[in-house]
Amino acid sequence: MSESATPTFPKHLLDFRDWSRPQVESLLETAQMMQEVLSRPVKKVPALTGFTVATVFFEPSTRTRLSFELAARRMSADVVSFASATSSTTKGETYKDTLRTLDQMGIDAYILRVDAAGVCHQAFGWLQKPIINAGDGWRAHPTQALLDAFTLREKLGSLEGKKIAIVGDILHSRVARSNAELLPMLGASVVACGPATLLPGHLIGASLTTNLKEALSEADAVMVLRLQKERMDKGLLPSLPEYIAGYQVTEERLRWAKPQAPLLHPGPMNRDVELEGSLADTPRSLVERQVANGQAVRMAVLYHLLVGKKS
Amino acid sequence: MTFKSKLLNHEEVRRALTRIAHEVIEKNKGSEGLCFVGIHTRGISLARRLADLVEKFEGKRVPMGILDITLYRDDLTEIGLQPKVRETRIPFDLNGKAVVLVDDVLYTGRTARAALDALIDLGRPSRIYLAVLVDRGHRELPIRADFVGKNLPTARSEVVKVKTQEDDGEDAVELWEMEGA
Amino acid sequence: MKGEILIKNAKLVDGRGEHGQADLLIGEGHILSLAGGDAPTVLDAAGRVLSPGFFDPHAHLREPGQEVKEDLKSGLTAAARGGYTDVVSMPNTSPVVDSPEVVRALKEKAARIGQARLHPAAALTQGQEGKVLSEARLLREAGAVMLTDDGRTNEDAGVLAQGLQYAASWGLLVSVHAEDAGLRRGGVMHEGEVSFRLGLPGNTGFAEAARIARDLEIVRYVVQGPGALSLEPGRSLLHVQHLSTRRGLELLRQAKQAGLPVSTEVGPHHLTLTDTHLESLNPIYKVAPPLRTQADVEALLKGLLDGTIDCIGTDHAPHTQDEKELDMLRAPFGIPNIEVCWPLLYTELVLKRGFPLPTLLERFTDGPRRLLGFPPIHLREGAEASLVLWSPADERPVEPHTFASKAKYSPWAGWVLRGWPALTLVEGRVVYAQTVQV
Repeated sequence: MSESATPTFPKHLLDFRDWSRPQVESLLETAQMMQEVLSRPVKKVPALTGFTVATVFFEPSTRTRLSFELAARRMSADVVSFASATSSTTKGETYKDTLRTLDQMGIDAYILRVDAAGVCHQAFGWLQKPIINAGDGWRAHPTQALLDAFTLREKLGSLEGKKIAIVGDILHSRVARSNAELLPMLGASVVACGPATLLPGHLIGASLTTNLKEALSEADAVMVLRLQKERMDKGLLPSLPEYIAGYQVTEERLRWAKPQAPLLHPGPMNRDVELEGSLADTPRSLVERQVANGQAVRMAVLYHLLVGKKS
Repeated sequence: MTFKSKLLNHEEVRRALTRIAHEVIEKNKGSEGLCFVGIHTRGISLARRLADLVEKFEGKRVPMGILDITLYRDDLTEIGLQPKVRETRIPFDLNGKAVVLVDDVLYTGRTARAALDALIDLGRPSRIYLAVLVDRGHRELPIRADFVGKNLPTARSEVVKVKTQEDDGEDAVELWEMEGA
Repeated sequence: MKGEILIKNAKLVDGRGEHGQADLLIGEGHILSLAGGDAPTVLDAAGRVLSPGFFDPHAHLREPGQEVKEDLKSGLTAAARGGYTDVVSMPNTSPVVDSPEVVRALKEKAARIGQARLHPAAALTQGQEGKVLSEARLLREAGAVMLTDDGRTNEDAGVLAQGLQYAASWGLLVSVHAEDAGLRRGGVMHEGEVSFRLGLPGNTGFAEAARIARDLEIVRYVVQGPGALSLEPGRSLLHVQHLSTRRGLELLRQAKQAGLPVSTEVGPHHLTLTDTHLESLNPIYKVAPPLRTQADVEALLKGLLDGTIDCIGTDHAPHTQDEKELDMLRAPFGIPNIEVCWPLLYTELVLKRGFPLPTLLERFTDGPRRLLGFPPIHLREGAEASLVLWSPADERPVEPHTFASKAKYSPWAGWVLRGWPALTLVEGRVVYAQTVQV
């Protein structure tokens, strides 16, 4: 065997509070290994044979769920999926009841997407089984941050000393929050930028600015967030043209960043809203790499949380 | 680990591989439909040498592939182990081929078992042989090698190290003792 | 002299100070003597402290309509176990307590239960809808001691001004949940570093301060404007419930210094917990107003010491375990605490931080009684025998499963506390006895 000893891993991936840099580095290295598997003609290995993984999505999300399910299947896990467009609580059943019910079906790990921050933490308390947070409210989306970090490293090499700008609705973004936790752990500095009403008062791991030029200036990479159109209804934004005028990432504005600084977007994109539509199709866009890498990263997460957990 | 003795030297390794190459040709009745697949890491160097020897004896190049079996192992049990997944590259069609799987040491048989699974995922060979430089005994699965460079009875506390010119700068088989055993 | 209960060797402490050791003879609902006497029941209280019974100006007992969370029996029993002899119940029930009939029914039922005494607060506006004033005079006659739309915020300043004028004319205190509904923006925890990191909607402390500032101007208008009322000196007109912020405290301190008839209370959770507890993402810590920062806690402690804060109001707010196991967005606000309030604050404030014991007792007894126009109970002959005997040395952890309250969970579960009540007397009658020593 040629495995080398690495740090033991937390029992869950809820956010990065319980993860150290060596653990994250090791996980990203495993993701690299999974890329090799994905490059093979048969993209499947038996590492998780006998495991049953449940994707439990209380918020609609086709791509994240698909990515997780494929990742689990490529590792030979059995996958069951529970999706409820409306939260189960509106039907009178609580998250706890739903999860406890599912848990009677012999599930080894849960991939959970919910609209409220903290449910994944609660779920771990209720079930005491590996929980992977696939997005909880505004709080965290750790596999998205991992795939962003993986994609950035693929392009930029080490993130040490690199400036990453995140542009958009920072206040309500679990992607921004998870990246602000993760990227500084890997040596990067994060600048989060958006309209004053969509910026939190404070964000650990990131400096905040309403000034797009300041954010993009000398940035090594630019991450653009999806603008949720319901923000307009809540009175947080005057209008779409107002947002576009101030914060749309355009080819011209990207000149403030380093030459050929790559562009990331967690998807799904609103073309010509948060970014100039044609930019997504230029070589500097890493959007498709992000999707491809997402699978490898999720395989790595499943590997580290599950392999060896079966008694 | 402490070094105990050198079991095979450069010349003995060369002779063993030569003998295996001859046996393979004999068993397969020539090199028709034959291919070698080396298991990471030293199995690859050994497979390449066997392919070279077969070419030398038969005057015809046989295809060669490499196989990573990391995620096929049934002993991926230690959480916290960093898997080292390496390239699997079989640049030819396995269907109907006589495949010689090549590894350095045959011990519990678990690597060979995983290799069989990995190989079968990729195609349907007409038959699969197993060639190893050293068979050290202590099988845990009903697996045997078709071609063996040298049978070496060992204790479980001992470690057999195969070195190759390509990977280690010399050809040798060494016996080591585990600490505290 | 003959009495009913003799409590020997009790150390006497009340809101005025410590009064040494005495043998208290109790009979006919009163303290007959501090010098012993004969009684069929004799208790040796050596090592324990006897104090006036606690008075809670703010508890949610959930009856009528929400008995699944709490009812009069469980709530008043829990109160008695917590050393409380008197509890003001909030009217945000289902239906809202806004009629004399309901007030009377609650009082009668509580009297039959015979635990801590109930003093219902009634709604300031009918249905707590913030539109039409409720019947202050009839409500007072039925036994209501306070008017409040607690549970809701008084968004219409005009209605609040009228409510203050009208309630005051019938001698009733008005208490307010002082948070600006717009500014708190649906927050489920204190807005700050922690909420931003946790990705939870924040409720800024300035929502409280802004509302207090507005309400103070309304009070100013009522007492200084045209047709101003003349109030009984020393009585409060507007009571700010569950104060939680440093800034809110500063505003109230200034207002009091300027002679405005205002008062306020603080809850045990706002003195012992901060927003960092929400790091656990456990809705057990979800409360309105939210747990604030350590700086706020320090300021509130100063305010409690200097008297800017008149009293401790528990804001005991039980919900079912299932409700509190919803997620942070959906779980209801509220922390049950009436059974642990005294040992918690005795341990955390007096023992750990040197807060003066008589002052803390004053805030549990004289403070709230004065606020609502009840005469103080001081430990001397002739005083009403509504008392609590508690044990400064009795150390044990908070064990929610032993609570009398229906809410058998607690953010302080496992905290090791001292000062647990051992005996609670209401008008000379034992309503709670931890261990009966005859």
